[in-house]
Amino acid sequence: MTTERKIRLTVNGKAYESLVPVRMTLVDFLRGELDLTGTHVGCEHGVCGACTILVDGSAMRSCLMLAVQADGANLMTVEGLAEGPELHPLQRAFQRNHALQCGFCTPGLLMTAYEFLRDTSSPTEEQVREGISGNICRCTGYAPIVQAILDVSQEAG
Amino acid sequence: MKPARFDYYSPDSPNEALELLGQYGDDAKILAGGQSLMPMMNMRLVRPKVVIDINRIAGLSHISPRPDGGLAVGAMTRQRELERSALVLETAPLLSLAIPYIGHFQIRNRGTVGGSLAHSDPAAEIPAVCLTLDTEFELASSAGERTVKAEDFFLNHLTTALEPAELLTQIRIPQTVGNWRWGFQEVCRRDGDFALVGAATMLRLDDRGICLESRITAFGAGGTPMRMNAAENHLSGSSVNADDRSEAARLVSDALDPISDIHASAKYRQDVAGVMVRRALEQALLPMEGEDAA
Amino acid sequence: MVQQYIGASITRKEDERFLTGRATFADDVKLPGMLHAAFVRSPHAHARIVAIDTTAALAIPGVVAIFTYEDIADLAKPIPVRLYPLPSLEPFLQYPLAQDKVRYVGDPVAIVIADSRYVGEDALDVIDVTYEPLPAVVDIEDSLRDETIIHEAPGTNLAAHYVVSTGDIDQAFRDAEYTRKERFKTNRHTGNPLETRGMVVAYDSGELTVWGATKVPHFNREVLSSLLDFPEEKMHFVEGDVGGGFGIRGEFYPEDFLVPFAAMRLGRPVKWMEDRLEHLIAANHSRDVLCDIEIAMKKDGAILGIRAQVYGDMGGYIRTHGSLVPASTAGLLMGPYNVPAYECGVHCVITNKTGVGTFRAPGRYESCFIRERLLDMAAADLGIDPAELRFKNLIQPSQMPYNAGRTRADGDTIFDSGNYPQGLTRALDQIGYAETNPKRWVDEAGRYHGIGIATYVKNTGRGPYEGARIVISGTGDVAVYLGITTMGQGHETTMAQICADSLGVSMDAVTIYHGNTDYIPFGGGTYGSRGTVMGGNAVHLACQNMKERILSLASTYLDTEPANLVLQTGEIFRKGTEQGPALLSLGEIACLAEVPGSNEEGSGTLETTAYFEADQLTFSYGSHAAHVAVDPETGKIEIIHYVVVEDIGRAINPLMVHGQAVGGAAQGIGATLLEELVYDDSGQLLAGSFMDYLLPTSTDVPPIESIVLEEAPSPLNPLGVKGAGEGGIVATGATLANAVSNALAPLGVQITQLPISPNFIAKLLSS
Repeated sequence: MTTERKIRLTVNGKAYESLVPVRMTLVDFLRGELDLTGTHVGCEHGVCGACTILVDGSAMRSCLMLAVQADGANLMTVEGLAEGPELHPLQRAFQRNHALQCGFCTPGLLMTAYEFLRDTSSPTEEQVREGISGNICRCTGYAPIVQAILDVSQEAG
Repeated sequence: MKPARFDYYSPDSPNEALELLGQYGDDAKILAGGQSLMPMMNMRLVRPKVVIDINRIAGLSHISPRPDGGLAVGAMTRQRELERSALVLETAPLLSLAIPYIGHFQIRNRGTVGGSLAHSDPAAEIPAVCLTLDTEFELASSAGERTVKAEDFFLNHLTTALEPAELLTQIRIPQTVGNWRWGFQEVCRRDGDFALVGAATMLRLDDRGICLESRITAFGAGGTPMRMNAAENHLSGSSVNADDRSEAARLVSDALDPISDIHASAKYRQDVAGVMVRRALEQALLPMEGEDAA
Repeated sequence: MVQQYIGASITRKEDERFLTGRATFADDVKLPGMLHAAFVRSPHAHARIVAIDTTAALAIPGVVAIFTYEDIADLAKPIPVRLYPLPSLEPFLQYPLAQDKVRYVGDPVAIVIADSRYVGEDALDVIDVTYEPLPAVVDIEDSLRDETIIHEAPGTNLAAHYVVSTGDIDQAFRDAEYTRKERFKTNRHTGNPLETRGMVVAYDSGELTVWGATKVPHFNREVLSSLLDFPEEKMHFVEGDVGGGFGIRGEFYPEDFLVPFAAMRLGRPVKWMEDRLEHLIAANHSRDVLCDIEIAMKKDGAILGIRAQVYGDMGGYIRTHGSLVPASTAGLLMGPYNVPAYECGVHCVITNKTGVGTFRAPGRYESCFIRERLLDMAAADLGIDPAELRFKNLIQPSQMPYNAGRTRADGDTIFDSGNYPQGLTRALDQIGYAETNPKRWVDEAGRYHGIGIATYVKNTGRGPYEGARIVISGTGDVAVYLGITTMGQGHETTMAQICADSLGVSMDAVTIYHGNTDYIPFGGGTYGSRGTVMGGNAVHLACQNMKERILSLASTYLDTEPANLVLQTGEIFRKGTEQGPALLSLGEIACLAEVPGSNEEGSGTLETTAYFEADQLTFSYGSHAAHVAVDPETGKIEIIHYVVVEDIGRAINPLMVHGQAVGGAAQGIGATLLEELVYDDSGQLLAGSFMDYLLPTSTDVPPIESIVLEEAPSPLNPLGVKGAGEGGIVATGATLANAVSNALAPLGVQITQLPISPNFIAKLLSS
């Protein structure tokens, strides 16, 4: 039978094992089966970036992967960003700069920014803008998000 | 926007994949990076009966030097790996220049070289670059292997020389260093979108700045990326001065017969293809501009 | 009153749950036994429904039910207009499901209920609807010829027509030394909140609960009650967290009847989450307006009169916003200027496209573009600097309040307060207008640069009322229940700021509850920049009442006069000794209130509900300025500098006001340069996904400078506030079009329609 498969994966450090329909997208699996509803569905065709998560450390669209493809993978979602009650520096900077209004794009942007900052220390504003250009925010006009990311890079630097 | 039902296979070896392809042929779709296929499946614009996921096949992802100084790139190499590869920058700098124009980094983290080529969007960057670099494509089927040149690979809109039972396994890019110069230009509605129209160029110049060989590709201006022979011929033997560049641009625009869509008219694509060619040529000559006082 | 919160840029109380992924959006609600809805939608723009065969779909395991018009026929009533009703619109209203005709691509034909959305979509694939296609009408002028009739009963495609006027327009044109007539068109586009629409509905023990409600839940509950013939008090609308509104979300749509209907019929919870492709064809479009306009002026630039015809492309049905988009275009077409005579015909035209509703600054983005473009053209003709022309005509502070006359069908437009010239001056200063000479030039790379400006007024704070309920518990905690809703505006913070200052408590003690019809009997909701004006003043009023009561209770207990006591930081002090020991805490007073007969009759808890009423609108105003560079070879536009100036009377939280201004401007930049819901001649939407409907990204939106003025507090409400939600977007089309037109004027380009795409620029340059 090839319409369902058992998969094993790690999400935010926790191991899961699950039988999934092979056509189920990864984002639907995270939200519907693992109840990790922090990852959002905005367009389901890879444009808006709301579903961005880290797959083995790389930011990817979870609407453009099947859950079966995550078998054996190590995932990180927005729920894995804070350590206990301690917010991640990115989360704190987003709040400080009013970098979210409705908050729907925020998890995807945080995950994008997470990889971006890991790869780009001391980015310029232009680099930050390019780095987050694959995530649509409909509320803020981006400037406060850009500032939040720059803030974190400066804190780290 | 949920995919229709399909049977799913994730072969571990090329042979296994080829066997499945042989078995299902047209009913099967190869799932590589999925950055084009998955949206189409989610929209149910594509409803394959069988999905063959080649992400678990070892050995399809690599960037390796070839004895002739060229480059071999496995079909499942992620675009992001090309972007970061020092070897690509050294051996095929045009490719390094063009990769960041593909989508956004999250797309390039997942999207593959082979996926882009097999999908063959006429406005995509990798096909245009491969055509410009005289790339060769290694195709495998259970019947054997064959090599197809870039000029024979892109047939029509979203159509390549790949047969239903064939898998693109690797590409071979000849080295273009030494006295080669390169340029890549495109215009998009937004950064990261497919180009409305674009151009790639390679120029091989002698010590006096005379063009020994020129390659010009227009993309987003027809069913496939296209080499612009008249413009190439015009430049060969020239000093590629401003008049030559303008003439090349004119020849490109004249040679094209693009389509209209909601983002750009045929006329826009035709006119701006010439502009892109001219700017790509200017870009290619940039490092020399100081000496080129004439 | 010790003011420590109002006016402070306080970071948001609500942020943490969004940052950590713990927010509860509609799609996060999951109930036992929950089913999923999907919709059969018309693939044709205009067609007769001949037959619907659901046999194959019902045979799919997991498909639970399919409802068509036949199933709802007993209940079927049209969805009523919420705003800007006109009697002639009635025959054009939309029923929840198409009966015998479909009138746009996306028109719902059936609802499928299945175990999962996946299976639901499998059913959509095999439901066989036979259509007899009819000619599609996609253009306003075609439609007005009435050759193809979209709604048979009224027998015309013109759903409404009326004229507003003030002053003697004929005299104005007789006196004119200069006139100019132009045609302008604004592009069909829409809000596209990042979270699509959606809801979860449960019907249990005779009670109906709807999660995912927002914007106007009390009104929608009333509509649903009427459509389902089910008592309102047994319906509970719950908001949860909401991923952006912008006008489009929270209106009563066909799905808002169909999903509850299915849940009741099946006795099981049903979830519907709209996908993005559905959203683009099913949720309201906006802005599709055509305008013929003529201006009469003196040679010195003084405006004598404006006459116009505004045609709104309403789509296939009149939806809940009635005539709002064209009516509001006409309503403020004269703008912040002295226009002695004005006449405008308003036309609501039906076409075979998705229905139209509001998008942030509806009608005002359009009218600002039309008017401000025309003023720039006139300025050029008359050889007057565009800024000077505006200063000459702007309404002066000394003229306030200013009655602009009858520009709306329902009454006069009265600007309550403002220093309009100051708004323009600030924008000009910020863009460096005086120093930039000339105002257009060509750079070394061959790009054409230009400066553009525009001014605006925007009505905010629509009444008639808004409510707030305050409950203080024995712990001293202050709970505030709002009648307004929140879609990302940050009311949990701003309303707490207002409450804390108005009552005299610490903000930490205040918790804001919103968006639940059980919280408060009546609520007007959140739209048209009314949240802070109406909701904020309701909170303020409730706090005033509550404070009076607290002081009365305390004075009785302390055996003194209320006037001798002060409530500050949640404690009662004797006046004059606010530094000294507190006499009573808020919690202690809440306990006092529980003692029977302690104060007023009957009340056992410290609770009060207040409704703030307003019968007049308050007008924010300001100016935008932009510096753009245009590549004439590719038509690409770069925005080098963008300035938004907005006077909102009083800023409760400047950080968030700037957020609204910058975010609004970003949406307007997208709307003006990128976004268009393009239809082909057969009525197919060609921009049906995010691949083709282009929302602005971080590299499309430049850094935007926002200047918030508090020059002219509104005299119409105690807080002095004006709405801050729309000033950022309203002048974007006008300003960018003026900047681009100015830059390219030497090449003969004048922008008269939007969006300004590279292709459009190239076309203008080659003609």
